[in-house]
Amino acid sequence: MVGILQDQDRIFTNLYGLHDWGLEGAKARGAWNGTADIIAQTPEWICEQIKASGLRGRGGAGFSTGLKWTFMPKQESERPHYLVVNADESEPGACKDREILRNDPHLLIEGCLIACRAIRAHTAYIYVRGEYVHERERLQAAIRQAYEAKLVGPGNIHGWDCDIRVHHGGGAYICGDETALMESLEGKKGQPRLKPPFPAGAGIWGSPTTINNVESISVVGTILRRGATWFAGFGTEKSTGTKLFAASGHVNKPCVVEDAVGIPVKQLIEDHFGGVRGGWGNLKAVIPGGISVRMIPASECEDAVMTYEDLQARGSGLGTGTMIVMDKDADLVKAIARASYFYKHESCGQCTPCREGTGWMWRVMERMVTGEAEMSEIDLLLDVASQVEGHTICGLGDAAAWPIQGLFRHFRHEVEDRITQYRARPGVYAGAKVAAE
Amino acid sequence: MSVRRLSPNQPESFAFSAETLKQVKSWIANYPPGKQQSAVIPLLWLVQKQEGWVSEPAIRVVAETLGMPVIRVLENATFYTMFMLEPVGTTALVQVCGTTPCMLRGAGDLIKVCKSRIGPHDHRSADGKFYWQEVECLGACSSAPMAAINDYYYEDLTAETFEKLLDDFAAGKQPAPGSAIGRQCAAPEGGPQTLTDPSLYDGSRAKTIKIPNLPSKEKA
Repeated sequence: MVGILQDQDRIFTNLYGLHDWGLEGAKARGAWNGTADIIAQTPEWICEQIKASGLRGRGGAGFSTGLKWTFMPKQESERPHYLVVNADESEPGACKDREILRNDPHLLIEGCLIACRAIRAHTAYIYVRGEYVHERERLQAAIRQAYEAKLVGPGNIHGWDCDIRVHHGGGAYICGDETALMESLEGKKGQPRLKPPFPAGAGIWGSPTTINNVESISVVGTILRRGATWFAGFGTEKSTGTKLFAASGHVNKPCVVEDAVGIPVKQLIEDHFGGVRGGWGNLKAVIPGGISVRMIPASECEDAVMTYEDLQARGSGLGTGTMIVMDKDADLVKAIARASYFYKHESCGQCTPCREGTGWMWRVMERMVTGEAEMSEIDLLLDVASQVEGHTICGLGDAAAWPIQGLFRHFRHEVEDRITQYRARPGVYAGAKVAAE
Repeated sequence: MSVRRLSPNQPESFAFSAETLKQVKSWIANYPPGKQQSAVIPLLWLVQKQEGWVSEPAIRVVAETLGMPVIRVLENATFYTMFMLEPVGTTALVQVCGTTPCMLRGAGDLIKVCKSRIGPHDHRSADGKFYWQEVECLGACSSAPMAAINDYYYEDLTAETFEKLLDDFAAGKQPAPGSAIGRQCAAPEGGPQTLTDPSLYDGSRAKTIKIPNLPSKEKA
C-alpha cells in the first residue's frame, strides 16, 4: 500500500477521471446515497456532525467548517441566505479543486445541497475561476443532470428547495479572498471588503452568506454518510480527516492524490510523488501549502508531518496542502522572486502597503537574484516585508511577505554569498549600479 | 497591479450575435431580479468569445444591457486580466503560465519558443495569426509546465511538444487538450497507484445505507 490511507477510505473515488463523472457513475460510487435522510435532519444536527468530524476549511485558512455554518442567522428573514463555493483556485501550487470540478462534480453538488440545508439557504453560487473553461462546462453539465433528476432545484425529491448556480470570474487571484469574491460576484472589481461586517451577517447583496472551499463542501456528503468519527479517526486531534495533496516542482511524478492528514512529508513525497528528483538527498526545500506559506528546508522535511499544527510550529502552514518541491539545482532566490512578481501582478491596489510594497519587494528580489544589491538591503527588505504583513485588508499582503521571510529565515547565507560574489567580480562597480537604479 | 488600457484602435460599433444573446439572457437569469449587474464578467467573457477581444463599443453595449454606468464596466474590463483589450491572434491566443511551479519545471523553455516563433509578448505575430502572453498561475501545477491555448489547457509540455502543438494550430488543426505525455488527468505518470480497489466501482456503494448518528426518534 502506498501512503497511509486505504482505497476504501478515499472520498474522491474518481479523482483521475477514469470512471464516469456523470450522475449514473457518481451514484454507483456512492454519491447521492442517503442524502434525503441527511436533508431531513435539522440544520443543528448537520452542523454538530461536521463540527464533531473536525473538518477544517480546505482553502488555506483552516477554519472549522461546522463552526462557520453556525454563525449564520438561525431564522430566515426577508434577506435570503446564500452559500457561495469558492472555486477560484489560483494559488500557485494548488491544483486540487480542479480535479473535483471536472471528475467528481456530483460530490460538490450534493455537498452544496447539504450545506444549504445546514445554513438555511436556498441558493448556492459556485464561483469558478474564469480560466477553468473545461471544468466549468463539466460542472454545468453535472448540475443540469442533477436538475433533470430532480435532485436539486425547486420541488426536488430531497424536500429542501435549493438552486445551484455557476458564476465565473475573470482571472484574478484576489477573488480567492472571500470578501473580494463577494464583490466580484456582485459585478464589481474584486477588491476585498473590511470585516466586520462578516459575511454571515452581511455578504452578497447584503444578505447572510457562507463561503467555503470546493473541497470542504465536497467532503460533507461522505462524512455524514460514514459518520463523523470515521473522518475524525484520521490525522491528529486538531487536524483530522483525509485531504487532497498535490506536488509540483522537482519530484519525479507530480500528481494530485488523496491521503490522510498527518502523513509525513517524506512519506508523501516518496510514496505518492515518486521521490525527489535525484533522490531524497538532493532535496533543498519544500513549500508545503501553496506558495503563500513559508518554505521549510530539507533538514526539517525529515520529520515534518502534514498537519496544521506541525507545519505552523515550523513557521510554515498546511495551507491548501499542495506542495512545491525544490531540489538542489533549483534557484531558490529566483523562485521566490518570481513569486514576488506574482503578488505584484495580483495585488488589487486597494491598500497602499500591498500596492506599493509588493512591487518594491519584487524589484529588490530581482536584484537579489543577480546579487546586485547592498548587504544592508536584506534587512531593509525584511523590514518592509514585516510592514506589509498584517497591514492590509485581506491576506494578500501577508501572503506576499511570507515567502520572502521563509527564504531569508533558512537561506539568508545564499543571498549573502550571491551579493559577495557579485561584488568580487572584476571590473564591476555594484555600488554605482545600485545608485543609478 | 497591472496597468491596462484600452486599445487606441477601436471598431465603430459592437452588437451581440443572436447566438450570444441567448447566452446573455441565461446569464442574467442566473441572478436575483435587480441584481443583473452580477453578470458583467460572464457578459464581457461572451463578448471576448464572439469578437476575440473586448472593445470600447462592446463595453458600452454591456453597460446598456445590464443597466449600469459605463465606467463600472470599464473598471471590470481593465481589472480582470482575462479580458484582452486589443485584437489577438486569429488562430490562437497562447497563454504560457510562468509562475513558480511552472517555472521550476521549465516554463522558460516554452517562453523561448514563443519569443522565437511569435515575437515579443503581448503582441500579435507578423501574420496576425498568433498572440502570446505570460500569465500567472493557471491552477494546473501538477501538470507543469503548461499553456492555455484558446481556453483549453495543454499540459506536461516540453519545447519540442510545444513547437509541435503550435505547428498543429498553424496548420488549422485543433489538437486535443490535456497532457502531452499521455497522463490521465492529474494521475502520476505511469498510471495511478491509488484507487485501484475494484470494490469501489462495483456498485456496492449505491446500496441503501443507514446514516450513522441520527438523533433517536423519541427526541425528534
